[in-house]
Amino acid sequence: MEKPIILDCKNVWKIYGSQASRIHSEHNGNPSSDALKANGLIGAVRAVNLQIRQGEIFVIMGLSGSGKSTLVRCLSRLVEPTGGEILFEGKDLLTTSDAELIEIRRKKMGMVFQQFALLPHLTVLQNTAFPLEVQGVPRAAREARAREVIELVGLKGREAYYPRQLSGGQQQRVGIARSLAVEPDLWFLDEPFSALDPLIRREMQDEFLRLQNLLHKTIVFITHDFDEAIRLADRIAVMKDGKVVQVATPEELVLNPATDYVEEFTRHVTRSKVLTVGAVMTSGGSDIKTAGDVGIGQRIEAVADLLEASDLPFRVLDGDGNAVGTIGRQAVIDVLVGRVLKK
Amino acid sequence: MNLLRRIFLQKAALFWLPVFAVTWALSAYSFPLYKALGARWIIKYPAQAQLHLEANISAFMQWLVEDASFGLFSFRDLTRFISALIEAPYSFARNALIDGFSVGLGSDAVDVAPSLSWVAVIVTLVAMGHYARDWNLAALMAGCFGYLAIFGQWDSAMVTLASVLIAVPIGAVGGLLLGILAYRMPYFETMIRPVLDLMQTVPVFSYLVPILFLFGFGPVAALVATIIYAMPPMVRVTIVALRGVPSEIHDVGVMVGCTKRQLMWKVIIPSAAPTLMVGVNQVIMLSLNMVIIASMIGAGGLGYDVLTALRRLDIGGGIEAGVAIVVMAIALDRLSQAFATRVPDEVANHTTQNLAKRHPWLVSVLVVAVGTFLLSYIFPAVQDYPKSMTLSTGTFWSDVIGYINVHFFDAFEAVKTVFLTYLLLPVKRFFVGIPWAWGIIVMTLIGWRVGGIGLGLLSGVLTAFIAAVGLWNKAMVTVYLCGVSVLVASAIGIPLGIFAAQNDRANRIIGSFIDTLQTLPSFVYLIPVVMLFRVGDFSAMVAVVLYAMAPAVRYAAHGVRSVDPQLIEAGLVSGCTPRQLLWRIKLPMALPELLLGLNQTILLALSMLVITALVGTRDLGQEVYIALTKANTGQGIVAGLSVAFIAIIADRILSAFATRARTKMGMGS
Repeated sequence: MEKPIILDCKNVWKIYGSQASRIHSEHNGNPSSDALKANGLIGAVRAVNLQIRQGEIFVIMGLSGSGKSTLVRCLSRLVEPTGGEILFEGKDLLTTSDAELIEIRRKKMGMVFQQFALLPHLTVLQNTAFPLEVQGVPRAAREARAREVIELVGLKGREAYYPRQLSGGQQQRVGIARSLAVEPDLWFLDEPFSALDPLIRREMQDEFLRLQNLLHKTIVFITHDFDEAIRLADRIAVMKDGKVVQVATPEELVLNPATDYVEEFTRHVTRSKVLTVGAVMTSGGSDIKTAGDVGIGQRIEAVADLLEASDLPFRVLDGDGNAVGTIGRQAVIDVLVGRVLKK
Repeated sequence: MNLLRRIFLQKAALFWLPVFAVTWALSAYSFPLYKALGARWIIKYPAQAQLHLEANISAFMQWLVEDASFGLFSFRDLTRFISALIEAPYSFARNALIDGFSVGLGSDAVDVAPSLSWVAVIVTLVAMGHYARDWNLAALMAGCFGYLAIFGQWDSAMVTLASVLIAVPIGAVGGLLLGILAYRMPYFETMIRPVLDLMQTVPVFSYLVPILFLFGFGPVAALVATIIYAMPPMVRVTIVALRGVPSEIHDVGVMVGCTKRQLMWKVIIPSAAPTLMVGVNQVIMLSLNMVIIASMIGAGGLGYDVLTALRRLDIGGGIEAGVAIVVMAIALDRLSQAFATRVPDEVANHTTQNLAKRHPWLVSVLVVAVGTFLLSYIFPAVQDYPKSMTLSTGTFWSDVIGYINVHFFDAFEAVKTVFLTYLLLPVKRFFVGIPWAWGIIVMTLIGWRVGGIGLGLLSGVLTAFIAAVGLWNKAMVTVYLCGVSVLVASAIGIPLGIFAAQNDRANRIIGSFIDTLQTLPSFVYLIPVVMLFRVGDFSAMVAVVLYAMAPAVRYAAHGVRSVDPQLIEAGLVSGCTPRQLLWRIKLPMALPELLLGLNQTILLALSMLVITALVGTRDLGQEVYIALTKANTGQGIVAGLSVAFIAIIADRILSAFATRARTKMGMGS
């Protein structure tokens, strides 16, 4: 049932400082914090294991300095990891030759950057077609493809503009269009919306979800904004000091934070948007009188009005249509005031 | 040791006062001291301990030219090859602009095609002006080059332009390639950085000498000198520009799968283009400056006109040619700046239009060039601007200067005498009197105090070099002239800068004035100065002050303007008067910038000082100039190095000061 793993990273390390790789191998690829400190090294990414599955939005969340940007640069090998393995479609990226790597990047990876990173001397059309130009795709073909993606991101009519003539949100749309021009299998987004105003950010998140519904890419999305992570992610990896603290779905994070650090983030989350019916329902009890049916995977937010309006509880159905429990207005109130019991 | 350090290195007054007192005493009494002790070494560096670098360098050059060989070819073949490489495009440019194309030599020459007509040249420049910015710039180009034609400077100006046209692409492309190498290979950068430092501080005259020796007298030698002179800033700008490309842009290139070459040429260099164009503008201005100076080794053109006018004391001729240089400098500067900041045309889909509509300027320039060529058979005036229609301002200028000299001679003389008696001569006596041995000690101490033991040793060794090659007295004359000029330039420039920073209108006026001063080739400053004050130290000082004032103004203005506005508000809220605001908040905060400005002023002053040797100073500049006239490579290089060392010591010590001031105010190191 589970989708195949596209990107599998095993015990990935990135250590900064002189003689980093010597220290790394002296400690059998697993130096302790003390060992790093004693040698004046900085462990930007430490012993990270992640499996990213086909078609999911995998968000890496962490505050600045937590190593999330370094990690994503290790995954794309923009930064050379100090140790570990990164298997992309079964092939270790760390041992591929430069030529192979160029080929993989040209055909299978796309990346969106925080500061948009548009080439200032090229128009929207030329920027979008740039990855294809680099591959030597003939002009007519690459421009036709570029026009398609420009339309997809809603910038039709602005092909001849230069980046400086566009607003921040529009510039990032160009960044997105460019990264999609080659139809990548794996799509990296490095804090793509962090440089935008809150309202535009929200609009771009919706736009991003719309695109993903069309395209079903495998996505690695970096953010420092926990709300953004919750809103977009299928799964979230929370990072702190170069280590991955917890990998879980948004709901699991809210219900079962692994550490106090993670809990600190979840405290102010709007729970009704994260929690599903399944998390707060009362199991069994299918024989009592109910007002109707709700799905087990629905968010509380979506069914709150329904539940509140009725004196009777609702029956909860699982994916196959079997009744697995009940839920009433009391549950909505529990969610609102944060009284959800830990499972 | 600890006590010594506490007294010596921490209390400012306890260090600077005694050092100054001892220096002054030794300077004033070195001569009696030598008489009393009978120790001549006190005032003169002993001849038997002198380094004989001069002779060694000259011998080495001799060997290089006559015997050196790389196996397959000799060194001389190499220089001839380089000459040929530069000569070919140069003669083409020169033929196209002024001489016309011909086959054969001397009196057997047969004209093949004439040069571009003056009309065609002007139309080309107007077209470039409009293409790069707008009609205003086009009008400026027409005005400037029209001036050159009408005032009879056309031929010389075209010779100078031909040199610039050849020197700029070679200098810019060469600088770009070296910069790329340095960007790619850090060890290459560590290798060339000291060379670049030295190139910027060695006075231009001193490398005219070896070039003269290697390439002989003529335009090619002048071009080689020009290229060498104009390239280092391009290398620097390239390194800065490439480094300044945001890392994300670099990452984009990698992530879309660029090869190394694609990454460099399709991503990094185009992204760095605006900054690179600033470098090209610098190359153009420096080339023009150097082409003028290099007229001494055969560049010809406007520089040669100025030089001969200076030598004949032909006031009018000198000013005319000088103004022509200024006009050309302004035109080229504005044009290249416009290209640097040019905004590409919007909207692109014009593949359907015909050639004339797509490239209106290209077509009209071609039409004018061919048209004037054909027309010139009927009306020769179209080809060469008619001599009878030229205006000469030469006599006018001679009259003006004559009038000034007749009516205001006393006033000028009085100013000059006051400066000489109360400023120049006392300072000169002070510096020239300093015994060389104490000079070495005191420079070591100052370096140590300001920047630590390393800087102390560096200044000590460099000072010792100057003494050891026997140039101590001339170096002290240089230091004195430079010191006085920097003092005067700062006394004028810093208040101007502060004024400009606080008043928008003053800022615009002073700003454009300074911009114009900075585009003028250094040679030009000599002309009015010599006309008004004749030769001597005072004239040299005035020329140096004019040339070196710009950075003092700029940095002062920038420093005051970039004081944190919150600090100023805090001052206002505390009830500061404008005067208190300036003295207690703005100036102290601007101190690091002021020091950097001072640093730049000193470097410019030194480079100008060497050129003022032409108006008869008796310092290291004169030494270099003499070497040039005698083609004595060793002498020129040694004197040039001495000037460079003075510049390096001044630069390092002031930078260390600025860093200290910055750290003290918590502005980071």
